[in-house]
Amino acid sequence: MLTLAILIPMLGALALIILPSLSQSNARILAIGASTLSFLMLLIVWARFDTSVDAPAFQAFAEAAWIPSLGVAWRVGVDGMSLALSLMSGVLFIACISWPMENPERPRAYYAWFLFLESVSLGLFLVLDLLIFYVFFDLSLVGMFFLIGRWGHGDAERAALKFFIYTLAGSLAILLAIIGLVLSVDPITFDMRALIAAQPLAGMDLRGGLILLGFLVGFAVKAPLFPVHTWLPPAHVMAPGPVSAILAGVLLKMGTYGIVRIPFQMMRETFADYALPLAIVALASILWGAIVALGQTNLKRRIAYTSVNHMGYTVMGIAAAGALLTGAEGAREMALTGAVVEMVAHGLITGALFLIAGGFWARSETYDLNAFGGLANVAPRLTMAAVIAAFASLGLPGLAGFVAEVQIFVGTFAVFPWIAAIGLLGILITAALFLRLLQQLFFGDLPKDHEGFPDVSLREGTVLAALLALVVLIGIYPRWLLDLIGSATSAIIGG
Amino acid sequence: MPIGDVAPEISIIVAAVLALLFAAFAPRRMQAGSALIALAGIAIAVALLLAQLGETRFTFSGTWALDGASLWARLMILISTAFCILLSPGWFRTDPRHGEYYTILLLGALGAMAMAGAGDLLQLVIAVLLSSVTGYTLAAWHRDWALSVEAGMKYFLMGALANALLITGVTLILGLLSSSEYADIATALKLGNGLSPLLFVGFALTITGVAFKLGAVPAHAWLPDVAEGAPVPSAAFLTVVPKIGAAIALARLVQLVPPEFLGLRPLIAVLAVATMTLGNLAALWQDDLRRLIGWSSVAQAGYLLMAITVLGLSPDALTALLVFVASYAIGNLTAFAVVAHLRGRTALNDYDGLAKRRPVAAAALVIAFLSLVGIPPTVGFLGKLTLFIATIDGGYTWLAVVAAANTVASLFYYARVMGRVYFGVPPENVAVMGRLSCSAMWIAAITVIVSSVLVETAIVAFGLSQLLPI
Repeated sequence: MLTLAILIPMLGALALIILPSLSQSNARILAIGASTLSFLMLLIVWARFDTSVDAPAFQAFAEAAWIPSLGVAWRVGVDGMSLALSLMSGVLFIACISWPMENPERPRAYYAWFLFLESVSLGLFLVLDLLIFYVFFDLSLVGMFFLIGRWGHGDAERAALKFFIYTLAGSLAILLAIIGLVLSVDPITFDMRALIAAQPLAGMDLRGGLILLGFLVGFAVKAPLFPVHTWLPPAHVMAPGPVSAILAGVLLKMGTYGIVRIPFQMMRETFADYALPLAIVALASILWGAIVALGQTNLKRRIAYTSVNHMGYTVMGIAAAGALLTGAEGAREMALTGAVVEMVAHGLITGALFLIAGGFWARSETYDLNAFGGLANVAPRLTMAAVIAAFASLGLPGLAGFVAEVQIFVGTFAVFPWIAAIGLLGILITAALFLRLLQQLFFGDLPKDHEGFPDVSLREGTVLAALLALVVLIGIYPRWLLDLIGSATSAIIGG
Repeated sequence: MPIGDVAPEISIIVAAVLALLFAAFAPRRMQAGSALIALAGIAIAVALLLAQLGETRFTFSGTWALDGASLWARLMILISTAFCILLSPGWFRTDPRHGEYYTILLLGALGAMAMAGAGDLLQLVIAVLLSSVTGYTLAAWHRDWALSVEAGMKYFLMGALANALLITGVTLILGLLSSSEYADIATALKLGNGLSPLLFVGFALTITGVAFKLGAVPAHAWLPDVAEGAPVPSAAFLTVVPKIGAAIALARLVQLVPPEFLGLRPLIAVLAVATMTLGNLAALWQDDLRRLIGWSSVAQAGYLLMAITVLGLSPDALTALLVFVASYAIGNLTAFAVVAHLRGRTALNDYDGLAKRRPVAAAALVIAFLSLVGIPPTVGFLGKLTLFIATIDGGYTWLAVVAAANTVASLFYYARVMGRVYFGVPPENVAVMGRLSCSAMWIAAITVIVSSVLVETAIVAFGLSQLLPI
């Protein structure tokens, strides 16, 4: 089932390349069809998913041999965390594929790359083999490189190159760390479940520290955390809206998911030793992301920097959850659950925000905040969507961001009270910057040249409504999501 | 004389002679017939070679090694040569000396095979010389074209120096250990006999001589010129085939010296770092695609040296070496197949927007480059993976870290080309060579992907191989 969820978009991408005479709308229909079908597979897995306490950690498991002499095999399986993330990715991919193309050039290739990226992103969350995890991690870079470089605007080629090189540097650090990790088990294996059970680096100080450093550097580039986030703003600004939404909504999660799945779960002891420095880096990202975002006058750059801030919250929660081997289980579980909910919530909210930003570019070819004002009068539906998304992003109660952030902060207070206290400043600044953003875009005087600013179309409106409905649903009634994620986090914290 | 032990090599010589005779008598329009003769000779040699599977022994009084390493290397040499032959008929269609080309090509392959099988220092010298002499000819084949002649000339001058160093080194070792046979040298060194700084110098000079064939520092400078100026089939051949032979020859040489003596492995590690760094830095701002591939091929030789560094320190070193060499050969030949199919176009500007005019060629080039970077699911990824595993396992983690940093740097120039190919504004028309080169390109690109799926078979087969003398 999980294999199908990965395979269907890939086959869809191949079909798009092979069928030469497909019109733009047919190509889109095919792409939507493939991504919906893949999402259905995930829904079936979810329906069968057992969240009870004594259920196995990884469900819907399947395995096929690939390179037995290196202990590599095609292994797929999910726990509550990866299932939640892949469901979120599935939703976001359907949304972004449905969103109109910003620059309707070579649509077949565009949708093919999107499906390719969906396949590798889902693959990354669903596989349980470290080597194949790495394969998908790298392939996501290739897909993104072509999407930004080919359909972006401005100096897109350069931004794409910078993105590719930065994140490849990170992924090679991960590769070396993976090799170091698997070489410490005998016989060599890349099976994540076996590695989690073996905890191969327990009691190895220097070696464990270096391997942990490799993982954290690599995932920090992808997440991204301060100070290795600098590839993010240009990549976002030059990319088309839907691509930005995927980049922020799905690709960034690969970094934080990786931190939990690999260093946190496979090398608990070492992770606990270095949790405090990690939390400090996360704190720096929270503050830096928020403050720099406040200073931006470019709509997309501002949203991009809030991603740095939000990923900081997530990593802070993860660091707090992994800081101890025993004790404060309740608080640590809460911090980790909050971190995973933040990944899901950030995906949906920032996805929506970037799609809205893309809408601005499609209408006016500028992201300059000062060029707009008073749009509430001419585009009420757009205003409504942007207001909900912005409020959700700043953590207003009743919306998804709040559910995540409150758990992260409560959990972190029990472990690192000072860091959590300083981190709260980040929330204040984010609130200020989103309120100012809304004010600049939608209120005040409407500039002359934007009097004919079109409101969201039916298609755009449906996509935004679906994403924001989920945000509201998680905000008001988060039980179903928390049960799913909690089944994983309690197992992870409990060991 | 156990003549059957060199049956594959004999069949190559016979094919080379037949191709020459045919070329001498056949009319101009039938010169391509020599290609068929050469391919037939290679096919027979491959069959004879496979009959040697499982042998691990010295033959011809210890001068010729029959073992897994040489078997697989010679197989790769033959297949790569056959691939280069596929690129040639289109390229040399109007060349009056077309038929002779295949003779030289086969003799060049023979030199590389002899390097892989050499079990004696003098045999090694002869092999290197055979491979070099034919190489100069192949590089300077277009004798009316300045760039080609320049490439051949540089190759020759560099080669003369390197071969002189090689012979000096061999003389020193021979004098100090009073034998040129690998088996004797290995026995002596195991007991710690004859160790002296002079012996280190002897080995260092010999290694330099072989590094010339490998395209590694300090004798690498010919590679970019050959890649740029030689006819594309020759460039494909010279950047791949001698390297395969030299890799095994160097590995055999290094293995003679136990890791605790002479400090040969740190020396190789330093050469590896210098080679990969220099190759990548020089490639960064190239605006000539063939030179770029040439420099990247220098860098790849640096990665390859990593496996030789940990020989004897990690049990997987030989497997990693063979997997990496194979993956490099596939990736590099794919890149040159694309260049050949595009009639050797070389300025980077000419590749702007290629994807819109020639989508298959563009895709093949990108696949080749991704493989050379080592991005999955290409075979290059598995080559680098096994290489990194062996290097870290052998205790040279820092070397793996340097190689990873180099890989990031290398992505810059590969991605620059990919960017141009896909994001650039296309030219009016892109001329291509013909059906044969087109199918060669297809075969190569598909091999890059398919072989990564089938890599298990290769790892098992290579894992069973040994490198004499044990």
